[in-house]
Amino acid sequence: MQLDELYRQVIMDHYQHPRNQGELEDGALSVDLRNPSCGDEITLQMVVQDDVVTDVRFKGSGCSISMASASMMSEAIQGKTVEEAIVLAEKFRAMMRGESVDTEELGDLEALQGVSKFPARIKCATLAWQALERASRNVDASNHSS
Amino acid sequence: MNPLELKRDFPILEQEINGHPLVYLDSAATSQKPVSVLKALQRYYETDNANVHRGVHTLGSRATEAYEQAREKVADFIGAESPEQIVFTRGTTESINMVAYGFARHQLHAGDEIVLTVAEHHSNLVPWQQVARVTGATLTYLPMDKSGVLDLDDVRATLSSKTKLVAIQHVSNVLGTIHPVRDIARLAHEVGALVVVDGAQSVPHMPVDVKDLDCDFLAFSGHKMCGPTGVGVLYGKRTWLDAMEPTYFGGEMIDIVELQESTWKETPWKFEGGTPIIAGAIGLGVAIDYLHQVGMEAIHEHDLQLASYAMEKLSVVDGLEIYGPSLGETRAGLVTFNLKGIHPHDVSTVLDSEGIAIRAGHHCAQPLMRHLGVPSTARASFYFYNTESDIDALVASLQSAKEFFAHAIG
Repeated sequence: MQLDELYRQVIMDHYQHPRNQGELEDGALSVDLRNPSCGDEITLQMVVQDDVVTDVRFKGSGCSISMASASMMSEAIQGKTVEEAIVLAEKFRAMMRGESVDTEELGDLEALQGVSKFPARIKCATLAWQALERASRNVDASNHSS
Repeated sequence: MNPLELKRDFPILEQEINGHPLVYLDSAATSQKPVSVLKALQRYYETDNANVHRGVHTLGSRATEAYEQAREKVADFIGAESPEQIVFTRGTTESINMVAYGFARHQLHAGDEIVLTVAEHHSNLVPWQQVARVTGATLTYLPMDKSGVLDLDDVRATLSSKTKLVAIQHVSNVLGTIHPVRDIARLAHEVGALVVVDGAQSVPHMPVDVKDLDCDFLAFSGHKMCGPTGVGVLYGKRTWLDAMEPTYFGGEMIDIVELQESTWKETPWKFEGGTPIIAGAIGLGVAIDYLHQVGMEAIHEHDLQLASYAMEKLSVVDGLEIYGPSLGETRAGLVTFNLKGIHPHDVSTVLDSEGIAIRAGHHCAQPLMRHLGVPSTARASFYFYNTESDIDALVASLQSAKEFFAHAIG
């Protein structure tokens, strides 16, 4: 087992210098999620305008993998439509299952590929994505109700 | 007691993990199983397997006898007056839920108080929240400092005529504090309250005598004391068990079944609805035989020694924060800590890459994590098959975790 495969430089960079960390004004979609088995938690906030994610923020506490994954995701989904973000989430999950995916589209996220070899850590990497999936369902719900 | 010799009774400990000899420091989560227990399980299924308390064939008699003999071994192990005070359950959680649902829910009323500590494992906390919700009783927490030590004067001041039940851990699974349960039980009884003891971390590690503690209920798990998973124990004083309602209804636990109503068997069988945990109980009985051979006093002594050795070695590791009793104070066989700037998951992954198994997370004690002001922690826990060299390996690996992350972060 090679630790370097897991803790790639770019992961540690996102962990040390998280992008889009913080809180948005009221009115943004907000999802709180925790991993009950380990205590990691994340609050993901998104502004969606005309179906496009125009702003993302997250805050939380967790290990390097969960926080780096959240940071990378926040960059990756900015400017995407909600549908595109969900497609990306599915790609990310496939990568976590060890399936070969087109890594070009994943950008920095590709660095998390090594997590698939550490089964105990996959749920760390997917926490933020779970929050994204839940938030996107809330977008659907609010569209239906309006 | 020779840990290295005892270690040879545990085949699982002989393997390598990630190219390093396994150093198992997670016995507070679950202990490993000696070969005698594994063989007993196989022998039971190969030669005696049948359902118990029914049928008149030979296998049925053998299985019943072995199952009831296990009950006697458990009773003897914790000093219960009678095997009929021993209920086999799935584990500590189920044992405590039985008391909560079958007993406390019927006995408590609005205005009554349940007294507990902020350090309780969720299994000795959430069931009482449920009882409080249904009965209108309230939960009152004993004052506790950050090292987890209770002051008997505080206990005395907290207890009142409103207190109907005190639910307390014997040993904290996070802090390693050993609570003065006997004194707490005496104070509780003075105000007419009953005492439920969570013995999950004490019964496997030290001599525990229910008559000496004078607790009303004691719950513990088989898998933390060399037994198989899926079996646990609820001990209760006879009067309370007789007054307690069954939680499960159906096969095995009934006396007479009419069309509109039924009656139950006697204690403890009325609590063991459905085909009971036969092999598990038999395995637990054999685990108890094994623990007797090792000696509970010796196990306790070894735990205390390892904890003190670990405290000595770990307290000089730069950047390591340790929770629970300080160096030199009594501590059960576990040390919970955080390495500054490195999340416990990351610490655990580095340790695992060197073959060392520890626990990382909130240890099923979220209120305690909040009390300590940390989201999660790492924990190394010991048993009689661990040695000082296991702790040396832990310390060395923590150093390499520090170096690795210092380098990775750059």
